[in-house]
Amino acid sequence: MGKTLPTKYTTVSIPKTLHARLEKLISTKTGFKSVSDYVTFVLREVVTMHETSQSPDPFSSKDIEEIKARLKALGYL
Amino acid sequence: MVSAPHGGKLVQIGQRVNRDAFAGFKAAQTVTIGEETKSVVKDIASGVFSPIEGFMGENDYLGVIEQMRLESDVPWTIPVLLPVEDDVKLAAGDEALLADKEGAPVAVMECGETFQVSKKEYAMKVFGTEDQAHPGVSKVYDRPSRAMAGKLKAVARVDHGRFADCTLSPKETRVLFTERGWNSVVAFQTRNAPHINHEYLQKSALALVDGLFVNPVVGKKKPGDFKDEVIVDAYKALIDNYYPKSSVVLSVLHYEMQYAGPKEAIMHAIMRKNFGCTHITIGRDHAGVGNYYGPYAAQDIFKEFPDLGITPFFFKEFFYCRRCAGIASEKTCPHPEEERLSFSGTKLRKMFADGQVPPKEFMRPEVAHVIAESKAPFVE
Repeated sequence: MGKTLPTKYTTVSIPKTLHARLEKLISTKTGFKSVSDYVTFVLREVVTMHETSQSPDPFSSKDIEEIKARLKALGYL
Repeated sequence: MVSAPHGGKLVQIGQRVNRDAFAGFKAAQTVTIGEETKSVVKDIASGVFSPIEGFMGENDYLGVIEQMRLESDVPWTIPVLLPVEDDVKLAAGDEALLADKEGAPVAVMECGETFQVSKKEYAMKVFGTEDQAHPGVSKVYDRPSRAMAGKLKAVARVDHGRFADCTLSPKETRVLFTERGWNSVVAFQTRNAPHINHEYLQKSALALVDGLFVNPVVGKKKPGDFKDEVIVDAYKALIDNYYPKSSVVLSVLHYEMQYAGPKEAIMHAIMRKNFGCTHITIGRDHAGVGNYYGPYAAQDIFKEFPDLGITPFFFKEFFYCRRCAGIASEKTCPHPEEERLSFSGTKLRKMFADGQVPPKEFMRPEVAHVIAESKAPFVE
């Protein structure tokens, strides 16, 4: 029966002092199990913010006019 | 600005107008698919399931069930699989014609790998139970355990039949929201005819954003649920009488409920993000069934996804409280449960069967009228 997902992790270096601050933070205030979990969470949030602002507009002006015509015909516009 | 598509790309698979338009493809084999898979094909093609362009391969599948993410790290919580029987003999790179049970072409797919799925593992990791009384688990155990990956190349033009005038694609809602000047849009997922409590939840959310997207699910449901046409007609009656039309869009989503509770709540959010929504309401026992999930488990799971790209609005349950003499919620009302006006599904069905309608404190008369006028408002 099927395989299991290989664990795909890599190492990122951060200053030891920052690591210590994060360890202290997650031990008292957050529900995170490790500094790695915390850093992953924060980085996903940040990366998505940047990716979202770079999403290309998928529509041509012809597309938009056709869609607007249908929306008008259906009473949405 | 409307929400960016999930994974950064709104998928659009080319539509073919009729059977002859598929003649250019050299399908190695025809694979017959059921209604649920047909619905999934339509949702992939129109971008509802963006960034997915076809049925998942094994790495995506394992990523989803083990880490709630696609191989690309994008959040995803319920696998999108094409289960196939052993007589399907297609190799990676072959073209397959997906056809419905009447033999009508639905899509052409470029095949990827085939792989085995453990039904037990799927059930436990997606639904949190192996109990085959759960409608989602039961479907998993009824289908083949072999799955075939593949990217859709072309799909047949979709006829939405009775719901054609209230079915909008993500591309269309994105243009619509922009034309209306909405920068923030809250989605409301439903599989029910609206009660007063739904209306209050929607209006509470609408007070915080520019527009409300009411998006009832139409498709196969479990016995006892309202029929699709009743839900849609009931919403039309509610919106006509009680909503400012410039702030609301009603459009249906053709999708088969999984009843996967928290995991499905995330999928509901992803789909509405693809429609351009910036927010989604998540209430009590969202997408749940029976007592399989905690009442607010579907809210808690959102903590796992800082990168979902759509913001949930969490609400406690609304109800009419006799002591408050108005609509209240678990958050605002101190009174005991016996002061709350509520009807179980069983009681509501019996009430309509006996020719009675619920009180106006529970359901708007116009909505009750639509249900009462339907000879058989519930799924048998």
